[in-house]
Amino acid sequence: MSIFNKIVTAVRGSVRELGEAVVDANGTRIYEQEITDARHALNQARQDLTMVMAKEMQAGREIERLAAEMGRFENHAVAAMDKGEDTLALEVADRIVALETELAAQQQARTEFAASIARLKELIKQAEAKVREHERELVMARTTESVHRATQSISHSMGSGGSKLLSARESLERIKQRQQDLADRMTAAAELDNEIGGQALERKLEAAGIGENAGRRDAVLARIAARRAVPADESGDA
Amino acid sequence: MTEFQSRMETAARIAEAVYGLTVEWQPIPGEVEVVQATLAGREELPIYLTHSGEQIICICYLWHDKEVLAERRVALLEALLDLNIPMPLSSFARVEGWFVVYGALSRQSRAEELAQELATLSENAVDALDAFAEYLK
Repeated sequence: MSIFNKIVTAVRGSVRELGEAVVDANGTRIYEQEITDARHALNQARQDLTMVMAKEMQAGREIERLAAEMGRFENHAVAAMDKGEDTLALEVADRIVALETELAAQQQARTEFAASIARLKELIKQAEAKVREHERELVMARTTESVHRATQSISHSMGSGGSKLLSARESLERIKQRQQDLADRMTAAAELDNEIGGQALERKLEAAGIGENAGRRDAVLARIAARRAVPADESGDA
Repeated sequence: MTEFQSRMETAARIAEAVYGLTVEWQPIPGEVEVVQATLAGREELPIYLTHSGEQIICICYLWHDKEVLAERRVALLEALLDLNIPMPLSSFARVEGWFVVYGALSRQSRAEELAQELATLSENAVDALDAFAEYLK
């Protein structure tokens, strides 16, 4: 069963089983061992592959050399026959037969090396896939284990610290209330600043004789002075 | 201080400088290394960071199974699946009865990435809680 399925099964069964079912130390060790084995096989296969590839190249070079040698001796045989040296031609023919046998052996070897190379490449591909698969499973097992353990610590801490004794709704209310308080304080501060700043400006304007308050005192005095002047005349008339 | 904790300390300073977030953190006792990070103003939604093999996993607990309104359960699960991809950098999951948002980072992630993860995950958590409150008791 894949690790993913194991986790799904464990989660369905019981949360408590999660710690043991998926992530027991023995299981983890088995995965680690399989990864080590697969890596070892991979290294061995890579070494074998380079060796066989070298041999294939050597066989290829030998085949070329033998073919050239055969060509050379065939020319010699023709020359010997042309000169009527039949005994010599026969000797050359024997040599060509020997070369032919050697060439066939080398060709056979090269075919076998090529087959070995294909087999080793397939083996390496499989081993690499296996390592990747086990590594992924190990990461999943370890993460599940680690989060499970972390959760135990967090639950314990929440229980003793009381940080999550509130319901989600209560938490939200508190956070929102705090945000509202902050926003209110900022608004109040802005208003206060505006007010104080505004008054200060009004006073300055007044002092400079600008604005609607400017000159009001003079106007009042003038009005009173006028009243004083008028009744004096009127009383005189009465 | 472990290597992970010192990276966490740097991440907290970066979060303050770059995202204007005040992050306090503390290690949690247990079998594996877990760090609890608290962001000022969102103390109810701490973020837990742990690492396993090649990953750093950051988890924020949202609500427990038993808080879900029974009649809205299927709708909630579907909504969580639908929102999983649109939600930037974080994903929904369930850990031993708790619905969580989490983010996974490479074990080699720098403190800058850790700080960004904390900021994003925390924002996603608040948004998710706000959006899914209607499915909860």
